[in-house]
Amino acid sequence: MAENSVEERMLELIEEICDDDVIREERDVDLFEEGLLDSMAAIELLVAIETEFGVTIAPTAVEREEMNTVNKIIYQVQIRYDAQ
Amino acid sequence: MNFYIDPAFYVFLAVAIVPAAVLGFSGHRIKYYGLAASLAFLLLLFGENVEGMLAFAAFLAIACAATFWELASWKSGQKALWKFRCALVAVIAPLVVYKIGAVFDHNLMGFLGISYITFKAVQVIIEIRDDLIEDMNFADYLYFLVFFTPFTSGPIDRSRRFAEDANRTYTASEYADLLARGIMLLLVGAVYQKVLGTVFHHYFTPAPLGDGPWWTELGAQVKDAYMYGFYLFFDFAGYSLMAMGASYCFGIKTPRNFRAPFLATDVRDFWDRWHMTLSTWLRDFVFMRAVKSATRRKLFKDRLHTACAGYMANFLLMGAWHGLTVDYLVYGAYYGVLMGATDVYQKKSAFHKRHKKENWYKVVQWFVTINVVMLGMAIFSGQMHTVVGGLIHG
Repeated sequence: MAENSVEERMLELIEEICDDDVIREERDVDLFEEGLLDSMAAIELLVAIETEFGVTIAPTAVEREEMNTVNKIIYQVQIRYDAQ
Repeated sequence: MNFYIDPAFYVFLAVAIVPAAVLGFSGHRIKYYGLAASLAFLLLLFGENVEGMLAFAAFLAIACAATFWELASWKSGQKALWKFRCALVAVIAPLVVYKIGAVFDHNLMGFLGISYITFKAVQVIIEIRDDLIEDMNFADYLYFLVFFTPFTSGPIDRSRRFAEDANRTYTASEYADLLARGIMLLLVGAVYQKVLGTVFHHYFTPAPLGDGPWWTELGAQVKDAYMYGFYLFFDFAGYSLMAMGASYCFGIKTPRNFRAPFLATDVRDFWDRWHMTLSTWLRDFVFMRAVKSATRRKLFKDRLHTACAGYMANFLLMGAWHGLTVDYLVYGAYYGVLMGATDVYQKKSAFHKRHKKENWYKVVQWFVTINVVMLGMAIFSGQMHTVVGGLIHG
């Protein structure tokens, strides 16, 4: 249940920031290459994650390659959320 | 002796690369030689400028003391935020004093490369606070700060990445590849800066508006803005490529600083391509923090407003860093507004969303962007100042 809720809430967040529901279908595409995220929007996402989940991901903690698709972003949040 | 400018520098560089190459090819670590070579180069850089040398030594002492004092607190688990704040203020203070002194034509605490060494020192202090740097070797830290190839004007490397490169040993074939790429980058950078930069600079001849028909006067101004833009790109990108190339020869893969900036399709894209190590530094350590604290305190009603304020703070700071003059502050505000406006437009405009994938739209976006960027160049170079001043004083 908890896992689903992180995933679902993350999908909502990413959808809101990317402003495109395509992210629910295409969960392994590179969001930066597709123009769905840029570096500034990615930071808004980190801030939103912190507000929503209390999970802090320092802006320089994760390389872009480890956080460039919907599934990878959810994974990064999930491991930190579970560690809490 | 100024790096990458005085011909003697290239001679010394060529000589200094020989022992680095011997170490690299024979599978030894280049770190300690690189550190010694860097200190020797900095002696050459400051030369007879005792004032600069003292200011540099003072900065180094402050940065080392503040950083390891903070690190000790984090390692012990105490994690005293006040120590973090003191350390941050201590390393930023010399740059702030220097920039304010410059307004009154005084050189206080300044030395060549003060900005770039400050960026690096600040990164370390913030990442210790973020628990990203849990331990750090003194020699690694010192080497990171004084590494001579990007010392004067960047690119701005990151300490954890730098230490990984500095501490590794390469196989002969890996090093051969690195050295070949390094020499290539040095040569391409030299052509960019010495040839192309010089050519475009030659055609940059700013002057107030004359008495000719308006279209020729406007055309002349547009030409100057473009020539300056191309000059600045080739000069700075050329320098950056050379700094990167020289680093490669020492086994350090200093990050790139430019990625075809004039192909950008909006101003956000432009800052992802222009002086990238500065824009990502500002993004990670200023924009991000400003946005975060504003969001937490709910200073603005929604994310878009917060982002706009964050852009403004970010770019005003960038302008102020270039110098506390009207031109630079206007330049910062110009991009602050543009970044926010682009964000609002792209998020709100149905027209943009409908057409953003179409080729004709991309071409229009590119055309608008390059002209907006060149107008920014005209503000930055002081050309706009000359024109506006000419209009006011007739």
